[in-house]
Formats: sequence, C-alpha cells, structure tokens
Amino acid sequence: MQVTNLTKIYGKKSVVDDVSFEIPKGKVTSMIGPNGAGKSTVLNMISRLIARDGGNVDFKGKDIAQWKSRELSKKLAILTQTNNISMKLTVKELVTFGRFPYSGSRVTQEDVKIIDEAIEYMELTEMENRFLDELSGGQRQRAYIAMVIAQDTEYILLDEPTNNLDIYHATNMMKIVRRLCDELGKTIVLVLHELNYAAFYSDYICAFSNGEIAKFGTVEEVMTKENLSEIYNVDFEVLEINGKPLSVYY
Amino acid sequence: MKASKSTFVLLILLILLSIMSLFVGVIDVSIFDVLKGDFQHLDIVLISRLPRLLAILCTGVGMSVAGLIMQQLCMNKFVAPSTGTTISSAQLGILLALLFMPNSTLVGRVIFSFVAAVAGTWIFVAFIQKIKFKDVVMVPLVGIMMGSVINGVTNYLAYKYGMLQALSSWLVGDFSLIIRGRYEIVFLVLPLVVIAFIFANHFNIVGMGEDFSKNLGINYNVVLFMGLSIAALITASVVVTVGSVPYLGLIIPNIVSIFKGDKIRGTLIDTALFGGVFVLACDIIGRIVNRPYELPINLVVGVIGSILFLGLLFYRLSPSARAKLSERTRKSKQNSIKEA
Repeated sequence: MQVTNLTKIYGKKSVVDDVSFEIPKGKVTSMIGPNGAGKSTVLNMISRLIARDGGNVDFKGKDIAQWKSRELSKKLAILTQTNNISMKLTVKELVTFGRFPYSGSRVTQEDVKIIDEAIEYMELTEMENRFLDELSGGQRQRAYIAMVIAQDTEYILLDEPTNNLDIYHATNMMKIVRRLCDELGKTIVLVLHELNYAAFYSDYICAFSNGEIAKFGTVEEVMTKENLSEIYNVDFEVLEINGKPLSVYY
Repeated sequence: MKASKSTFVLLILLILLSIMSLFVGVIDVSIFDVLKGDFQHLDIVLISRLPRLLAILCTGVGMSVAGLIMQQLCMNKFVAPSTGTTISSAQLGILLALLFMPNSTLVGRVIFSFVAAVAGTWIFVAFIQKIKFKDVVMVPLVGIMMGSVINGVTNYLAYKYGMLQALSSWLVGDFSLIIRGRYEIVFLVLPLVVIAFIFANHFNIVGMGEDFSKNLGINYNVVLFMGLSIAALITASVVVTVGSVPYLGLIIPNIVSIFKGDKIRGTLIDTALFGGVFVLACDIIGRIVNRPYELPINLVVGVIGSILFLGLLFYRLSPSARAKLSERTRKSKQNSIKEA
C-alpha cells in the first residue's frame, strides 16, 4: 500500500497535511504521536472509512476509492473503537459476520470451519455462545479480532486496540498482533498511544506530529532520545532492554 | 437455522388463540354450526370474524417487526414507531389526504400516509444521527417530542377544517370496524416482513455501527434508509387500516431480545409470533371482560403493555437481574447445542 500526498482539511485547518509513506508488507507498523497529530485520521482515510481531501491511496495497483467496497473488505480489515457494544450478540454470531463479504447471509461449510478456527485461535471456544455484553473488555476485544481473522484479509488496520485495557490484557493484545503477523503473515498497521508497546512489538514506527510525518523508519531509527523529545515536547530517556529501545519520559 | 422450542410454543399458542378469536363475539357462533354448513354463521365468520383475526395478526406481527428493525438500526432499545415519529407522521399523512383530496379512496390515503411515514422517520433518524446523543434515553425523548409536535400540527389542522371526528378513527386503534373489503391493505405487512427477514443480517451489521458496516463492505446509508422505509411502510399500512396501537413496537422486540439476543435472523420469527399472540390475547380480553361491549384495544394493550414496560425498565436498569437472566439464556443455549 502506497500513500502519497494524503490531505484532510476540517474547516480551514488541515489536520493531515501532504502525508506520503509506504506500508511495509508482512510487517507490523505502529503509528504514534501526540493527540491531534492526525494518526487516526490517516488510518481512517487509508481504510476508506472517511473521505480524503487530497492525495492518493494506492492499494494493490488501484486507488482505494476505485475498489468495490465488498471486494476491498476481503483484502483489508479495519477495527475501530466505535462499535456498538450494547448489542446482544454471541461471540460466534459476531465472528460469523467476518464471513459476510464472502458469503453474505448464506454461511457455507467452509465458512463454518474458518469461523471455528478463528474462535479457537483467539482462545474463545469456551465462551463462543456467550453474549458480548457479558464479556470483559479484553475478551470482547479478542472476539472482534477473531472476526477480523475470519474476514481473512491480508491487511489488518487497528485503531488503538489497547485502549481501555489493563496492562495484562493490553500486553496480551500486542502479543496477538505479533502472532497475526508472524504466524499468519498479515500486514498490520495500528495506532498506539503506548510508545513502549510500539517499540517492543512492531517492526516499523511512523511518528506523526502536527498532521505530518515526523519520522518513519525501523523501531531503532525512530526510538531515539532526540526524535521522541522533539515529537512529544517532553524529556525522554531511551534505554535498551532485551535488545529493544524502550523509553522513559518525565 | 433450526426452529427452537420457543418458536414452537408461540406458534401453538397463536393457533389456539386464533381459533378462540373466531368464535368469541356478540353473536354466538360455534364451530359445529359452521361445520354443519349454517350459512348465516358462516357469513359472520367470513365477513367479520376472519377479517378481524387477520387484521389483528398483521398488526401484531407488523408493529413488532417494525419496532425490531427500528431498534436495531437506531442502536437504541427504546426507539419504535411510537417513540420515533413514524406513527404520528403516518397520521398526518392521512389527514393531508383527507384535506387535499376529500374524495380520495383508501388507496389515496395509503399513499399519502406511506410517504409521510417514510419522510417523518427519515427526518427523525437523520436528526438523531447528526446530534449523536451519548445518553440512550435522549433519543426516544427527542422522538416523543418530535412526534408530539407532528401530532399538534395534525390536531390543529383537523380542528381548523372540522376533521377531528373523521381523524379519530386513525388516531385510536380499533378492530371492531374491520370487515371484508375494507382492511386488505394491511396484508402489505406480510411481504415487508419477508423482505426484513431476507435482509436481517444487513440490519444487524448496520446496527453495529457505520465503521463496522463499511469494514464488511456494506453500504451503511443505503441499508439504513431501506430498513427505515420498510419499518415506516409496515407502520403506515397498520395505521391506515386499524389505527395506532401503542407500545407493541417497543415492548415485543425487547422482551424477545432479553431471552434470545439481538441476532435478527434468530429473533425475527419469535418477535413476529409473540406480537401476534400478544395482540390477539389483548383483543380477546377486551371482548370478554365487559360483554357484550368491547374495551378498546388501546386500553387493554396500554394497561398490559405499561406493566410489562415498567418491568422492562427495571430489567434494563438493574444489572443483577440482567446477569441472572443472561445466565439462564446461556444455559438454555448450551443445552440446545448439546441436544443438537
């Protein structure tokens, strides 16, 4: 996926200004940056959830707007935080929706197999008949990921998947993201607020600041004391733990 | 999809009540007379009792399914044709037909009321989508307020042009005036319910939110508008023939959802059957309690519906009751899976 000169304007202010980058295939890329830097807006634009005011998003040789929505949903999945969680659906019913782009309302034998595998992969088999509103935040998040797995797309975009999760569940979520990439070969892009999760679990980091890309590179390239201090306007120290650069801010 | 026990029980109940409904009335008609070929009694059944039964069933089924669709699409359990603006818009439509085309036939009134109901519902939903209320209670409150404004306009126009008398038959639901030849438009409910069943999964996905729908390649606005139009058309066909019957669209889907969840494919048939059973039971009670006079259906549905609605509010607001019921639902689901 190749993004060039992407722009979004709200009123007179451009919240995303002339952003260009390429998403590395088969890798985990984290988007970081202060609030209002435009990372979620970019994620929503490259996944066709919101319209853009300029630029191109080239996905597999075709602009994302040229894709039929149904076809695109077999290649690219996006998970945001704005889902209706009061709906009384069971885990299995939710995961079944992941097959909708392929089979519509008629679930085939193959779909059933894929759905069961996705549920098992997320270790939800025991609670597959429980309603979503009875699950903990971490379990519910896993159910949504299981749906995305059933959707069987090459690209998975996640908007703050660790939001509202405690340390245990957030860490688990990041491990799942890593496994999706390493074991299933998915290309993953996620918006994250926790820098150290980004540093520890991703391959590339795309740092936003004021609607522009401040730095884009491997974790080691981006996670330096100077870069982070500049992007966040806070004093940083970067330590090396287990061979990964981890940051401390104060 | 396999038919569950609840569906079976509701179906039996519906059939029993239907037979009962045919033979309750001012004139005693017994099943034996009809079978013996007593033409006078047969006529009563065909001209009055059967149409009444069918109108009741269509009303119960239609209003419940319309409520179910609206609740899902608006992501709010308290939105229904009565708490949205659908019923009041349909009534305004009928009045406009009476004003502008005084000689209009039933068809003319139906078309006016269809257009008004669909437009009113769209405006309401467009409004609540624009505002994006955080509080679940705000949405139905706004709906009730907008509905009252429309009702106010309707009443003012009716008063000004001396139409109050004529209008009252569409304001209050009444099955006693239903006879052959004057109610058949209500059958429109049936194909609409079938369409709703076919698109059940679309409605479910749209009910999960706009981002969620787009991710699965569904055109959110098209499905939303289609679903709302179906709900509005169902409501209008009922209002034109029977009048407005309150609470149905609100209570029936909620009760079924408590026990069976929100997957429309799994709940639509039960919701429709339960709606039919509920209205039939209320109608029979209304006919028996004060014989030979009839209690208006609105009164019976209102009394029983209010009590059920209060229970529903307590349920929705009390977490412990919810947990208990969910536990039971889950167990029964697991059991049915084991059996399968």
